[in-house]
Amino acid sequence: MTAGQITATQLVQEAPDQAGVGPFGPKPRRVSAGRIGLYAFLIVAALFFLIPVYIMIVTSLKGMPEIRLGHLFNLPGEPTFQPWIDAWLHACTGRDCNGLSPGFYNSVKITVPSVVISIICASINGYALTFWPYKGANLLFGLLVFGAFVPYQVVIYPLIIGLSSVGLFASLPGIIIVHTIFGMPILTLLFRNFYAAIPVELFKAARVDGAGFWRIFFYIMLPMSVPITVVAVILQVTGIWNDFLFGIVFAGRPNWPMTVQLNNIVNTTTGVREYNVNMAATILTAAVPLLIYFISGRWFVRGIAAGAVKG
Amino acid sequence: MILVAVGVFVIGIGFSVLWSFTSSKLFPTYDFVGLAQYRRLWADSRWLVSVNNIWFFGLMSITCNMVFGYLLAVFMDQRIRQEDLFRSIFLYPFAMSLIVTGLVWQWVLDPNLGLQAALRNLGWSSFSFAPLVDAETAIYALVVAGIWQGSGVTMAILLAGLRGIDEDIWKAAKVDGIPTWRTHLSIVAPMMKGAFATAFVLQCVSVVRVYDLVIAMTGGGPGIATSMPAVYVIQLITVRQNVGQGMAAATMMLLPVLVVLAFSGILLWRRNREVGV
Repeated sequence: MTAGQITATQLVQEAPDQAGVGPFGPKPRRVSAGRIGLYAFLIVAALFFLIPVYIMIVTSLKGMPEIRLGHLFNLPGEPTFQPWIDAWLHACTGRDCNGLSPGFYNSVKITVPSVVISIICASINGYALTFWPYKGANLLFGLLVFGAFVPYQVVIYPLIIGLSSVGLFASLPGIIIVHTIFGMPILTLLFRNFYAAIPVELFKAARVDGAGFWRIFFYIMLPMSVPITVVAVILQVTGIWNDFLFGIVFAGRPNWPMTVQLNNIVNTTTGVREYNVNMAATILTAAVPLLIYFISGRWFVRGIAAGAVKG
Repeated sequence: MILVAVGVFVIGIGFSVLWSFTSSKLFPTYDFVGLAQYRRLWADSRWLVSVNNIWFFGLMSITCNMVFGYLLAVFMDQRIRQEDLFRSIFLYPFAMSLIVTGLVWQWVLDPNLGLQAALRNLGWSSFSFAPLVDAETAIYALVVAGIWQGSGVTMAILLAGLRGIDEDIWKAAKVDGIPTWRTHLSIVAPMMKGAFATAFVLQCVSVVRVYDLVIAMTGGGPGIATSMPAVYVIQLITVRQNVGQGMAAATMMLLPVLVVLAFSGILLWRRNREVGV
């Protein structure tokens, strides 16, 4: 760590020289020890982040005999896609051997409605909280912020009892309701902070022109909320797709999402462990959020930052 | 809808606390037994281990995450080439489920086929690195996996904070002959209070909720060595069917959160009063 700091020190001292616009065009690039140290640190860090995934991909393309040799870093000798096919269609959880595909469809069935419903609710909530402050709105908002910090375990059991008393426990609607409720604090915050930045004159002008609650929402606020909605969608899709706890508790066996299926496949105690299949299954589960991450790029970062700025 | 959500949180917490004072087993009852569940909870070695673990895990992972994230952010801020590439690499694990993270590291650290076997095959036959099978070291493996997954986010938040700092401050500090590391520690870091607070809160929330990672990576084992309060509560509710004690444990989980929130609430209130808002 000290070494890292020393290099950082040297670098910052040099940086201004490089930034300064020389009178005769760009300066020749200087390669200094500090600069090399900087890149060395970054590359080592990058390796730390990349190696596990490299190992996963390589392993998923090997046959079991080759894996047992223990050459973790070697490229596959005879690449095979059979593990991927097995993971998708034939991997076993206990007695069921249908692979991950049912989990994938379940995850889609859970994620899509949860995301749509929670974002609709949250945008209306955020709009109402910002422009139509009703009595106790601040208290309600405060409680909602508090909800963002509550450990899930505190609320899970009463929620189980509540949902089973209306017959929705261990069902698809049940898990969708749960995701919607738990998405509410953070999403409402997101939308409220966004709407709070909109000039209130815009709202007043619409009021003077006689527009009501819904009219202002649909014709003025909604068209302006595209950027924040994109952020919210990214946040929710990755969050719900990656959820494990709610899935295993509230979805019920036939609706178990992909993460739960994956854990069952990999951590199953019966039978021989097929590491290549496990790795392929793991990559398949991570694929959707990773795809979103790589497509959305900067939006993803913004989503995290927005989700992070609470209150 | 907002009412429903708030209602669920408030009523849910209310019932959890209420049931923690009862002798509920599989289903909730209203047979009140006072603090008996709490006494039993604090006499349960599994719970004590869990509490110890969460403190250890929390301190370790938050500290490492902050230091590593800050270093990454500082290094990223040096006008490096391929910044977007590096940023993508550092951040992508965050897009993955904690289940995926746990399974990946379980595989890498597998003593027979993972890192240990690979390095032994390369000729380093005395190499021994199997943290997951040893009760003493399994929690370090969890910390490493946690850092792998989360430090990219810390980096992104802190980098945004660093970029928000005026160039002139660096120049002024340099003119005054202050060494760069001191500028970082004494001038820039205090100016980034907001970014640090954000990253810290984010870390804390994820530490309290750490469940998926433990389940996927160790299942709370070996034995009960990596059990955590979040895992403990779920186990009591589902496997051991002891709702009363589970709710007592959940209430204990809520307490530190309440204390921190109340503290920050008071701070916010006092600051607002000073400003005169």
